[in-house]
Amino acid sequence: MEKFTTLSAVAAPLPEANIDTDKIIPARFLKTTKRTGLGVHAFDSMRYREDGSENPDFILNREPYRKAEILIAHENFGCGSSREHAPWALLDFGIRCVIAPSFADIFFNNSFKNGILPIRLPRDICDALMQDAQMGANSRITVDLARQVIIRPDGAEIPFDIDPFRKHLMLEGLDDIDQTLKRENAIETFETNRKKDEPWFPSIELDD
Amino acid sequence: MSSPRTLFDKIWASHVVDTLPDGTAILYIDRHLLHEVTSPQAFEGLRLAGRKLRHPDATIAVVDHNVPTSDRTKPIEEPESRNQIETLERNVKEFGVPYFPLLSASQGIVHVVGPEQGISLPGMTIVCGDSHTSTHGAMGSLAFGIGTSEVEHVMATQTILQKPAKNMRISVDGELTPGVTAKDVVLAIIGKIGTAGGTGHVIEFAGSAIRGLDMAGRMTVCNMAIEAGARAGLIAPDDTTFDYVRGRRFAPKGADFDAAVDYWRTLPSDEGAVYDTEIALRAEEIEPCLTWGTSPETVLPISGTVPDPASETDEAKRAQLQRMLDYMDLKAGQKIAGTPVDVVFIGSCTNSRIEDLRAAAVIATGRKVAHDVRAMIVPGSGLVKAQAEQEGLDRIFLDAGFEWREAGCSMCLGMNPDRLTPGQRCASTSNRNFEGRQGPGGRTHLLSPAMAAAAAVTGVLTDARELAV
Repeated sequence: MEKFTTLSAVAAPLPEANIDTDKIIPARFLKTTKRTGLGVHAFDSMRYREDGSENPDFILNREPYRKAEILIAHENFGCGSSREHAPWALLDFGIRCVIAPSFADIFFNNSFKNGILPIRLPRDICDALMQDAQMGANSRITVDLARQVIIRPDGAEIPFDIDPFRKHLMLEGLDDIDQTLKRENAIETFETNRKKDEPWFPSIELDD
Repeated sequence: MSSPRTLFDKIWASHVVDTLPDGTAILYIDRHLLHEVTSPQAFEGLRLAGRKLRHPDATIAVVDHNVPTSDRTKPIEEPESRNQIETLERNVKEFGVPYFPLLSASQGIVHVVGPEQGISLPGMTIVCGDSHTSTHGAMGSLAFGIGTSEVEHVMATQTILQKPAKNMRISVDGELTPGVTAKDVVLAIIGKIGTAGGTGHVIEFAGSAIRGLDMAGRMTVCNMAIEAGARAGLIAPDDTTFDYVRGRRFAPKGADFDAAVDYWRTLPSDEGAVYDTEIALRAEEIEPCLTWGTSPETVLPISGTVPDPASETDEAKRAQLQRMLDYMDLKAGQKIAGTPVDVVFIGSCTNSRIEDLRAAAVIATGRKVAHDVRAMIVPGSGLVKAQAEQEGLDRIFLDAGFEWREAGCSMCLGMNPDRLTPGQRCASTSNRNFEGRQGPGGRTHLLSPAMAAAAAVTGVLTDARELAV
C-alpha cells in the first residue's frame, strides 16, 4: 500500500447524500480479477451519457476537477454493497481522500486498506469545504495526516480525528496482515482453547 | 457477578484473540464464505505474499453472483463471468477450500447456502465479501460483510481487525396482521430509522413479532440490516433456531449437538442488558410495504401515496427527492398501488427460500401472469429448487406463466444476463433499489414475495391481501 503523508490537490464537490457503492462502480464492472483499471468506470452512470460520451455536467468531467484527488460529499458516503471495487475505482481515478459528515462502515474500512483517507467532519465544516471545492482553479486544499489537519485555500486549518492504529498504518504504508501475524501466538492459543472448551465445534470437510 | 450483557457482547467477547493498544480487537472468525466476485484479488494477494490459507476447514466457496440462471448444460456465454468462475475454481483447488461448483445440487446464493447446510451456526462469527452477510445473524451469530482486503486478512490469519460496535435493539412487539410478512417488517424498520440509522451499530431484532417469525423470515429481516446502515443484524437463538439447525449437513450431531445447544442457550441477551439505542415498533401497525424511490428508506405502505418534494424543507433533500421521482417516473401525490410493472423478480438472498416461494405460489395458484409482464422465479439454491419441485410449486409457477430458473443472485444486481432494460419497472423481492442496480435505467420497487406475485398476476403494484383466499 502506498504511504499517505501529505496531499495537496484539487478537491471536487459532490453535494449529495447516500452516494452508494453501486453509484461509485456499478456491478457490471465487477467481473475483473484485478484491483486496477476500474478508474475509467468510476461514477459511470453520472459520468457518461447513454451513448457512452462524457456527460459535460458531471463535475469530474470538468477542469480542474478531472485531476481531483479529494472528494467532498454529504452524509452516508459509500453505503450499500461491500465491494472494495469502489475504493479501487476511486484510487484508480486518482482519489486519495474523501471528506464527508458520515460514511458507511464497510466503505470506511475498505478505504484505509487502499491508502484512501476517509475523513469525518461535522456537516457545517463539510459545507465550508464544499464551498472551497467549488472555487475551480482555487479549489486546492492540503491534507496533512501526521498533523491531522486540513489546510483550506485561505490557509485556515481544520483539525480531524483518526484512529491511531490506522494513522500509523497509513503513514508507513503498512500491510495489516503482517501486523496481525506478529501476534500469531495469540491466535494459536485461541485455537487450542477452542478445541478444549468447545469440542463439538464442527469443521467443514467435503467427503469427495 | 458481571454486568448484564447483550447477545452481541457475548459473541464478541468470546472471539477476541487480542486487543491492540488503541482498542482495536483481533477478532477470531469461525466461518469464511467465499464467492467468485470478491475473492480473486484476495487469493492473488495471498499467492504474491507466499502465505497459506490458514483454515480451509472453516471456509466454503460457492459461485452465485455471475452465474447464468438459464440452462447450465451450456457453456457460460459472457467471457468475463466465465473467467471469474474459472478463477475461483483454480483458487479453491490450489488452496484446498471446500467448494460447491455450478453443477452441484448444493450450489446457490452464499447466504442461502450457509444456513441451509448447517455451516452458519449460533454463536459464530461469520464473514463474507458481501454486505448481505448480515443474513446469517438470524442464526444468532455475528455476521458481517467485509471488503476484499479483509477477505485476504481472514484467509491469512482467520481473524479480522475491528473495534466493537454499539448495541441497538429494535423491538417489534404484538402480532402481525394476516398478510404482513418479514419483508414488510424490515422495510417498515428501514423506513423508520433510515439508511444510516444503524451506522456503527449491531442491531438486535427482538420482540414477540420477531420471535414469532420462522427462520426464513428472520433471515429476511437480518439480511436487510445493512440497508439500515448497521454492521450486522442478529436475533437471539431459541428453539425455532435449534429445530432448524438439527440434522443439517455440517451441524453437530448427536451428543455434540446437545452440547452445542447447551452453549447456545447461554447466548441470548441478559435481563437488564443496556443498549446504546432502542427503537420500538408495534406489529399491528405494520402494513404490507414497498419502496417508491431509489433508496431503501423510501418506504410506503401499499395504501400510501408518493411524497411531495415541496413539503421537504432542506434544499438538498428536496432536490434528491425530485431526482428520485424523475428517475422512477412517478408523480408527487400519486397512489403507489395501481402503478404498472414490466418485470417481476422473485429471488435474491433476501427472499428466495422455500417459504418465500410457497408464499408466492399461494398468490399464483390458478392465476396467470398479466399480459406484457415478464415474471421470474429464481430459487436461492439447488436444494430450494429441488424442494419446490417436490412440492409441485414449479408447476404452479409455470402454469401461471412465470419463468422457473436456476439458483443464483440473478437480477438482484444484474451481473449475469438477468437485467432490466432502461425504463423498465420491476417489482422485486431483492434488497436494493439504487439507480441502475438491476440494470442501467431500471426502476426497482422492493417488496415481499406475496406482493411481487400479486404484481405479476395483476400487472400493477397491488395489495397482496386482496388476492389472498
